[in-house]
This record gives sequence, structure tokens and C-alpha cells, in this order.
Amino acid sequence: MSTRKLLVSAAIVGLALGSSAAVAQKKYDPGASDTEIKIGNIMPYSGPASAYGTIGKTAAAYIKKINEEGGVNGRKINFISVDDGYSPPKTVEMARQLVEQDQVLLIWGPLGTPPNSAIQKYMNAKKVPQLHVYTGATKWNDPQHFPWTMGWQPSYQAEARNYAAHILKTKPDAKIAVLYQNDDYGKDYLKGFEDGLGAKAKTMIIAKASYETSDPTIDSQIVQLQGSGANVFFNITTPKFAAQAIRKAYDIGWKPVQYLNSVSASIGSVLTPAGLEKSVGIISATYLKDPQDLEWANDKGMNEWRDFMKKYYPDGKLTDVFNVSGYGAAQTLVQVLKQCGDNLTRENVMKQAANLKNFELNVLLPGIKINTSPTDFAPIEAEQLARFDGKEWVRFGEIIGK
Amino acid sequence: MTPASTALSAPVSAASGKLRYLGYAVLLLAVCALPFLVSNYRTFQLTLVLVYAIALLGLNILTGYNGQISLGHGAFYAIGAYVAAILMDKFGVPYYLTVPVAGVVCLGVGFLFGLPALRLEGLYLALATFGLGVSMPQLLKDKHLEHWTGGVQGIVILKPDPPFGLPINQDQWLYYFTLAVMLLMFLLGWNLLRGRVGRSLIAIRDQPIAAEAMGVNNALYKSLAFGVSAMFTGVAGALGAIAVQFVAPDSFNIFLSITFLIGIVIGGLASIPGAIYGALFIQFVPNIADQLSKAAPWAIYGVFMIGFMYVMPVGVAGAIRIALARIRHRTKGGGGSQKS
Repeated sequence: MSTRKLLVSAAIVGLALGSSAAVAQKKYDPGASDTEIKIGNIMPYSGPASAYGTIGKTAAAYIKKINEEGGVNGRKINFISVDDGYSPPKTVEMARQLVEQDQVLLIWGPLGTPPNSAIQKYMNAKKVPQLHVYTGATKWNDPQHFPWTMGWQPSYQAEARNYAAHILKTKPDAKIAVLYQNDDYGKDYLKGFEDGLGAKAKTMIIAKASYETSDPTIDSQIVQLQGSGANVFFNITTPKFAAQAIRKAYDIGWKPVQYLNSVSASIGSVLTPAGLEKSVGIISATYLKDPQDLEWANDKGMNEWRDFMKKYYPDGKLTDVFNVSGYGAAQTLVQVLKQCGDNLTRENVMKQAANLKNFELNVLLPGIKINTSPTDFAPIEAEQLARFDGKEWVRFGEIIGK
Repeated sequence: MTPASTALSAPVSAASGKLRYLGYAVLLLAVCALPFLVSNYRTFQLTLVLVYAIALLGLNILTGYNGQISLGHGAFYAIGAYVAAILMDKFGVPYYLTVPVAGVVCLGVGFLFGLPALRLEGLYLALATFGLGVSMPQLLKDKHLEHWTGGVQGIVILKPDPPFGLPINQDQWLYYFTLAVMLLMFLLGWNLLRGRVGRSLIAIRDQPIAAEAMGVNNALYKSLAFGVSAMFTGVAGALGAIAVQFVAPDSFNIFLSITFLIGIVIGGLASIPGAIYGALFIQFVPNIADQLSKAAPWAIYGVFMIGFMYVMPVGVAGAIRIALARIRHRTKGGGGSQKS
């Protein structure tokens, strides 16, 4: 090769190396660019779990706020939120559409155990983050087999074990009836509960009834459970059915000690439709500051939330803890994106998601912090029990868990 | 309901026959080239079009050619899908073997359903099939079958890889696989319908008493029609399950059965190409409606349906046939030959 050609080739190679070094700091996967980060989200805006749709709206409102304040590291977030109606086949279709047609960087906060179960293998096969899934099923904390899937809420099994421990302590001779949704979410809670009761599970749980999300009502299951003579009721239901269960139990004169799973512990979405006076005495677990709790009436963090709601999501209920939850989860997403800096590859998103150390949200109960690591894909693990007194959730006992 | 019964006309002359075959060859080449010209997601959608085309041909054999209305074909689609999914997931059967097995199972189930259905006509048969379609999702969620069906969570299956290390991706391979099965099924259907069986089915549809008097065994042919129709739809269900990689009871609700009926009516009753037009409609029009209106996509879908029915009352296939006949009539001048 002539000297001139050699010099030209060397110059070109040098230029290429130089320019690649210059852009080496900025790495993008599909969905990310200098100006935008595309994020997909799947929520049940319609169908049997539509009460949760408000979480998606709160998150979208928070993203809007972040964008108005300049975005994350100078990039605006394009939040594409679609409806799956809590129907797994629709979730599969939407996930494919978001990943392959809309080319999002990641899917954030898809809601529901059955919907997420349906897309877990696909997301991991495609190596697209399935981040902060909105369900507490224990199986999302499995970085070894599903490194692209991570949850956010405390695990259902841990929560159910807390209830079991409380029953064993306060009512060791209880006769327990359980109502559960017949899918992975319901069975996850049930397993944790039975594990928590240990050897006494078989003798203490005297009645179990299940329902499908396609059932119009669960009245007959409640009547059946009352007929068993139980004096403790573990209510594993999603909001629409929780409200029905609480109301029916009261109406037929059944007054057991009721433990309600945290996914339905919203005053605005569940207890008010059920009837506040019918919900007195219900015990649940919480990790978020409840908006009705007088203790947080003048709390700085909660006031920030209230101001945010009034400005960006005025239609959202200020009595609904789901809106606090969506706000907190969205803040966690923004923190992960901030930590990514200019390296917006999917791999780095998961790496930063697994690298949250003592991250505090001003809407989490004091003492609860978010921690993740490559072997710990459970951001929030601690909770506290609370009892409803007709107006608000009154917390009692200590914060349980890490 | 009297759609044209001669959808399988012979070519008018030898020359136009050769031209027709050339046309088909060009069409086939274009169809084969598609996966390389469009995105993977579009290829996936086109694979579903092929799947629906097989299902619609199945329903058309029963409803279009034989006059038995079925509002429950989603159930056969579901059975085919679950047979494939369970065989692949629980028994490790390779995907290509699940398709014929699904077909055979549905042939049996369809025939068995067709036997008692012999007593029913018109609306009553429609209601009976509706009952089948509406109960299928709940049957699939039944606790006793959960161990097999996976309950409401459904079954996730893995996408097959292209064989022999072909340099195409999984979506493209699935497209060709489905295309091959579709061509085979269409050939089967065409062969069945253009011969004695086809004529018997049409005779039973138009004049059942006369057909019986002419020696057609109504009971046998009507049940067979159910069986064969279910077989086609079952094969489609199996292919659909493999393409989507997921089966769950809620995928196969009553709306699917109604969608199939919409497909054959809009595509063209008693028409083999009608199945393809219908499949294109039911796959793409909901997406178009969604893009046109986020708030009321189904209203837009309804407008499309009504529009199609108004403009093309004999379906797309019928409209094309009429248009072609008019062109032929005009090019032949005042000679006025019969439309074929």
C-alpha cells in the first residue's frame, strides 16, 4: 500500500477511534437518545382491576412534572402507558407492541401478578427491563433466573407471614376463614399465610374459598365462609372484590377479626365504597404514609404530594393511598434513570436499579428505606401493621422487616 | 342468506387460465418476500392474518357453504391452542407435531358436537354454539383442569427456532411455517369443496329436503361439516398459540367467536379467498380504529363494519367477483357472455 494510502487509512482509523471515544460516554439502547427516554407502562385502565388505573395516571402526572422541570439529565421522558384490562393475553400483546413497535427502552410498573407472569419470559428473552412491577408476588425477586425483572412493593408472602404471626400471638385458638383470588397473586398470599402458621395451619384454617376475576360478585363465597363458623377472616382480594367482601360480611352479620391484604388497603378506593362504618377493625399492613392519617396532615413530604396532585392530577383522589404509591414508585424510577447518567443501555438500567442504597422517599413510613443489590431485587421490604378505626389507619406495633 | 355458490369457477379460456396461474405465482412470490421487507412485529401480525385465514375458512365451510351458523368457533380455536400448548409445555412435543394433533382432536370434538346439533336449525343452532363459546373460558379456568391448563395464568410456550440453521429469525420462520400449513389447508379445503362433498354441502344449505330426496345423507354431511370446520379452526388455534407463545382462558372469550363470524361475512361467505380478506379485516381494522380514536375505538370499528356491509353486501370477495365480471363484460363488448 502506498504511503499516501497508509496515511489516509491511519487518519480515518484515528478519527474513528477518536470519535468513538468521544461518544463512548453516551450509550443508548433502543428508546434512548440525546433528547428522550421512551418508557412503556401497562396498567388496567379498564376491566375488573380498573381501580388501580389511577396509579398509572399518577405516575404519568409525575413524569409530566419531571419533564417540566427539565427532565432527567437533560432528557425528556416519553411515558407510553397502555391498557391491558388486567387480562394476560392483552398484556402479552401490549408488551410486544411496546418493545417491538414503539421501541421503548424499558417497561416500567406493569401492574398485576397474572399480567406480569405472562410477559416475564418474553421480557427476559428479549433482555428488556421489566422494572418495578406493580405486584408483590415473591417470584419477582429472582435475579438468578430472571435478571431483567424486578419488583418494588414488599412481598406478599412476607406480609401474610406477618399476619399469621400476629394471629398466633393475639388469638392462638382462632378459627380462620380465607377468601382468595384464584391466581398466582392470591396463592402467593395464601402460601405465606400457611407458612407463617406453620404446623397449626391445617387446624386453624377451617374454610377456604376462591373466586375468579371474571366473577361478578363474591357474595356466595362470603356466606359460605360465615357458615363455617370462623372468627378470623383473611381477605385476599383486589379492590373491587375487597369492597364487596367487606360490605357483604357486615350485611350478613358476620363480625370476624378481618385481615385485609395491603393491595386493597385504600380508604378512597375500597373502604369508602364498602362503607366506612362497615370497615371498622380491619387490620392491614402498610409501608406508605396514608393520606387520611392525621399524623401526616402537616408532613412536609405528604404536603409536597398534595401540592403535586392539585397541580398535575387534580382529578386524582387525595384520599387514595394508590396515588401516594404511584408517586413514590415513579420517584424510584426517576432515581434509577438519574443514576444511569448518559449510559442509557438496558443493562445499565438494571444495574442501577440493583444499586439503590438507603434511598429514601418522603412518602414511605419513617424508617423504611429502599435498598437493592445484585442479589436483592426487592426494593421495599419493611412494613407496619395498622387497624382501621372508621376514619383512618392507625398504625401499631413496630416496623417489621429490613 | 343466499351468497353466490359458484366461487370455484373454471377459467374462461386456456389463455386466461395460464395468466391466472402466472398471477398466483407472482402473488406467492410477493407473499414470501414480505417478511424481509417489513419489521418483525409486522411479520408477527401477518402470521396472525394467515392463522385467522385458516380459522375463517373452517367457519366458512360450516356457515358459508353448509348454512349452519356457529357462534362458538372460538371454542374450537381454544381447544386447538390448548392442545398445542399442553403438548409443548407438559410433554415436550415439537411444535410441528402439535398442529396435526390439534387438528385431529378438533375433528373429533367438532363431529361429536355436530351430532346433537343436527336437531337444531338456524337461530337455535346459533344459540347452542353460543353456549359452547361462552362457556369455554370458564371451563378452561376450572380448578380440576388447572393442573393441565394453568388456570387463569395460562401457559407460556417457547418460540421455535428455524431448523437447519437457516439464516432467518424466529418470527420469519414462523411466518413461513404458518404459510406452508395455510397453503396446505387451503388446498385441502378447495379440493373438498369443488367436488361431490362441496356440492352436497351447498345443496343441504339451499334445499335440504331436495338434497335428501336426491340421496345426500344430510345427517352425515352436516356432522362432517362440523367436524371438518372444527379441524380447520383447531389447526389455526394451534398455529396461533405457537405464534403468540401464550395461551390463557381470557384469550378465547365469546368475542373471538363473534369476530370469526364478522370475518367470514365481511370477507365473503362461501368463498375461499374471502377467508383471507376477512382475516386482514379482523387483524388490522381494530388496530386502525385504535389509532384513529383512543376514546372510542370500538365505535370506529363498528363504523368500519357497517361501511363495509353497506358498500359490499356480499363481502369483499363477492364485490371483487362482481367487479371482475363487470370488467370482463365490458371488454367483451356487446357480445354479453355470461359471468363465470
